[in-house]
Amino acid sequence: MTHGFAYNVLSLGVPFSVALLLASLGEMFNQRAGVFNLGCEGIMCIGAFLGFLPAYFLKGGAMAGYGNLLGFVLAMAAGVLLGLLFALVTVTFRAEQGIAGIGLQMLGWGVAGTLFRHFIGGVTGVDGVASWAIPGLSRIPWVGGILFNHNPVVYLAFALVPASWYLLFKTPWGLKVRAAGTEPRAADSMGINVNRVRYQALMLGGAMAGMGGAYLSLCQAKMFADDLVAGRGFIAVALVYFGRWSPWGIMGGALLFSLAQSLQLAIQVGGIKFPYEFAVMLPYVLVILVLAVARKARMRGPSHLGIPYNREMRY
Amino acid sequence: MNKFKLAYGFTIILIATLAAAGAAALVLKAIGADPWATFVTIFTGPFQDVFGITEILVRAVPLTLVALGIAIAFRSGIINIGAEGQMLMGILAATGMAISFPLWPKAVLLPMVILAGAVGGGLWASIAGSLRAYLGVNEILSTVMLNYIAVQFYTFFLRGPMIDPAELETGSGTPQSVRLPESAILSKLVPGTRLHTGLILALVLAVVVYFFLWHTTWGFRLRAAGAEPKAARYAGIHVERSLVTAMVLSGVFAGIAGAVEVSGVHHRAIEAISSGYGFAGIVVALFGALHPAGIIPAAVFFGLLLVGADMTQRSAGVPANMILVLQGVLILAIVSAKMYLNNAYAQERAYRLFTRLTGKSDATVKTGGQS
Repeated sequence: MTHGFAYNVLSLGVPFSVALLLASLGEMFNQRAGVFNLGCEGIMCIGAFLGFLPAYFLKGGAMAGYGNLLGFVLAMAAGVLLGLLFALVTVTFRAEQGIAGIGLQMLGWGVAGTLFRHFIGGVTGVDGVASWAIPGLSRIPWVGGILFNHNPVVYLAFALVPASWYLLFKTPWGLKVRAAGTEPRAADSMGINVNRVRYQALMLGGAMAGMGGAYLSLCQAKMFADDLVAGRGFIAVALVYFGRWSPWGIMGGALLFSLAQSLQLAIQVGGIKFPYEFAVMLPYVLVILVLAVARKARMRGPSHLGIPYNREMRY
Repeated sequence: MNKFKLAYGFTIILIATLAAAGAAALVLKAIGADPWATFVTIFTGPFQDVFGITEILVRAVPLTLVALGIAIAFRSGIINIGAEGQMLMGILAATGMAISFPLWPKAVLLPMVILAGAVGGGLWASIAGSLRAYLGVNEILSTVMLNYIAVQFYTFFLRGPMIDPAELETGSGTPQSVRLPESAILSKLVPGTRLHTGLILALVLAVVVYFFLWHTTWGFRLRAAGAEPKAARYAGIHVERSLVTAMVLSGVFAGIAGAVEVSGVHHRAIEAISSGYGFAGIVVALFGALHPAGIIPAAVFFGLLLVGADMTQRSAGVPANMILVLQGVLILAIVSAKMYLNNAYAQERAYRLFTRLTGKSDATVKTGGQS
């Protein structure tokens, strides 16, 4: 496999982007509906842990083949539940979303860490999801290895990009979501139940964040550790700003980030001297820069992002 | 009605706390621990000896300092999640100051160490503050990112430029600095324990924050900009500048917390020194209603929880991460409860229900304006 530097960077970068992409697409639905869910990080932590758990327990047993699937189902179910919890707090109780998100993040961290210490204890690997080369396409020289030789979840995640675009812009439900985030009062007067739409969007977003977490533990790292998620949930939130609340923009942002990450890995493997800590810092610095540059984009964002809807109040 | 108002607020906080305890109990059940026994250990364990009691206060000191800073920021309309990183930067600056001038007398060096911590934390926070005020960068996201960056920065210094030369000689390579000179160390308050004079500093600063926020023009400007930025701008308050000021002050307090922690407890910069105080401080600030008079008891309460959680980890094998669960649920419960606390309508309905149930009638019910 001597394909050269660019090949290595690209073929690593594509699967790296998936966890960010999934969580970020979910967060896009949240924010389009008007809810800023910083708890994404916590949901990903729990998703990563629950995704890992069945594969760990079924390892080597007769049911081992179902471990991964069960993991994804569990992670998504937990994501829906946590989305529901966040909806209860921010939609029904109209709590301040930023702080509530930090609460959810701490809850997710704590639960995943506690359960991990009790059930597993130390770092153990699982087989994870094997890659599946698409017949024919993966034989294309160079490009085939970069795009068509990954695990099935990668293909699914990229298929979800046009699917999310369709759902958001071409279906009645997508219109309701956008209305709830932009003009909730008008939406309400047209008979749309704003709070119900926000609940639904948060549950969908939770499921996708859970799936992103399970991807991290089952497909990317093939193990679970306390700091596995390492702020990817927050980066996913930032990517929504960067991608201007559109699935295509978000995909671009996720790829940009993962390529930066794989580039950094490739440079380190290549033996160029660079303090390790500064390399790890890079994506976080990038987030801040991206947010500073994406300033103008905010004008085009959902205008009622972060504002709880209260039917009984004028504002 | 005033008595009722107090009881109403108290009941809501109580319900929120019970909800949080219930959620924590669920997690405890999931790992096969006895929730009741665990809670009893957490709340009574630390009181068994003098050392336990002083440990509560040792934890309460950084919690108070961090929470005071967070309260300033929240009151001024800017959310600071970055206390963890600001603490680390404060520790770096304080340690650097202490080991650079070991020969200075204590009366000079110790204040300079604390001051260095304050400057370190304040400078780090000013990044997030200016990004928010002048480029509109969401401060929650930027402070979270700055936390991750600060951790890396901190470990870089501990592994490289600041590492104890003895660690390199023996080859163990533990990332830690040399021990601070004796003249940079806060004296003990109770001999034989870890309780240090930082406690007094924390209490004094709590009073200072109270006077600053409620009895100075500067403090009023900050609170006005936080409560109603548009109105504040019409009144001639420079809102952007006050956002940066608030964030910097918030960082200053986190930095002081770091300096006090390194100079009072650990006596050298080590890894994982902030041990989650930056996040716990958010809960303490919210639980203390963003007021110094509430923050001090809240900090003692959370100090108790932290010490108790360590004890259950040792005695019952319940992971200390449990405390994060409790903190997370508490945040969710408190922000949810706010709707009922500040809502005059909900309060009045509860009052009517109360009078109907008790049979007391009060025709002239007066509640505050809609907030």
